[in-house]
Amino acid sequence: MKILLQFLTLILFAMSAQATEEVLSFDNEAQRQLYQQLTAELRCPQCQNQNIADSNAIVSVDMRQKTYDMIKQGRQRDDVLDYMINRYGNFVHYQPPLNRYTLLLWLAPLLMLLALVALQVKRRRQQANESSAEIAEQPVSAPLDAELDKLIEQYRSKK
Amino acid sequence: MRKLMFYLPLVLFLTLALFLLSGLFSNPMERESVTTNKPLPAFSLPDLMQPAQRWQPAQLRGETFLLNVWGTWCPTCNAELSYMTELKQQGVKIIGLYYVLPADPLLGESFDLALLQADVSNKLQQRGNPYQFNILDADRSLSLDLGVSGAPETFIVDSNGIVREHHIGDINPQVWRNKLAPLYQKWRQQDSTE
Repeated sequence: MKILLQFLTLILFAMSAQATEEVLSFDNEAQRQLYQQLTAELRCPQCQNQNIADSNAIVSVDMRQKTYDMIKQGRQRDDVLDYMINRYGNFVHYQPPLNRYTLLLWLAPLLMLLALVALQVKRRRQQANESSAEIAEQPVSAPLDAELDKLIEQYRSKK
Repeated sequence: MRKLMFYLPLVLFLTLALFLLSGLFSNPMERESVTTNKPLPAFSLPDLMQPAQRWQPAQLRGETFLLNVWGTWCPTCNAELSYMTELKQQGVKIIGLYYVLPADPLLGESFDLALLQADVSNKLQQRGNPYQFNILDADRSLSLDLGVSGAPETFIVDSNGIVREHHIGDINPQVWRNKLAPLYQKWRQQDSTE
């Protein structure tokens, strides 16, 4: 038990060592949060599908540094994003802007939802029609019902 | 209507399959560069071999040239040196932008210009020297402004200092013939008519 505890403590320490690998000082908590938000949202231009916080490509290191410098200078979120997009294009931001190339991308979820609702409404209507048709048919099938009852009765008594 | 609904999943599947198939043959690194058709960003950077000499965009005007981003640490860059040297012999003007690998202070590394110069001249002697001169981008600031994502990359810059093409990847005979040479010739011809 004691050994296990020691082992766990060791692992915990190892993790904290890893977390503090990159020590950056900020003037306030808002700046730190902005930095974390931006590095998570900016995409590494060199690697496939990694944000710059996760990537160690040279260009990501430089972009992180630039983001840090700009935040320390008191620049806003949009300033940093504009700076990066002016150099690396919309590719670099994980939130694509709404324009004529991305219109379909943004509208697709809404369109799918509308299609689903329409489909569901149509189904409901069809079902309603079918069940009302059944009710209308009932008197006609009365003799058949009697026959069916008789058959069921027969099978029950056999068991 | 019923029949249409029956075929709908098949149509959806085929559309998706075609879309994914086209993805198989596309180049994930290819995307429109946003730094083309704009003037070179402002910079004032030292020459790699003669650091006292500083280069600014105005000094690079007057003739269409290739700006080749490279480093001796990058194997693909080393591989393209000999072909680019051939291009130089054919009269293509090539200027190097030396992309310095960031030094890791944790490993006791620091930037050593003399060491870098020795390394570069050694490499250029071995493989051929395609460059008129090299601009030293020690903190990769010009590279960041140009939207460079790694090395090698090559820009075609016209005589007015406007960036006309941004090529990601190496220059080999095929790329030169099919993609870069026609553009280079086009801007070169505009030089002579001016």
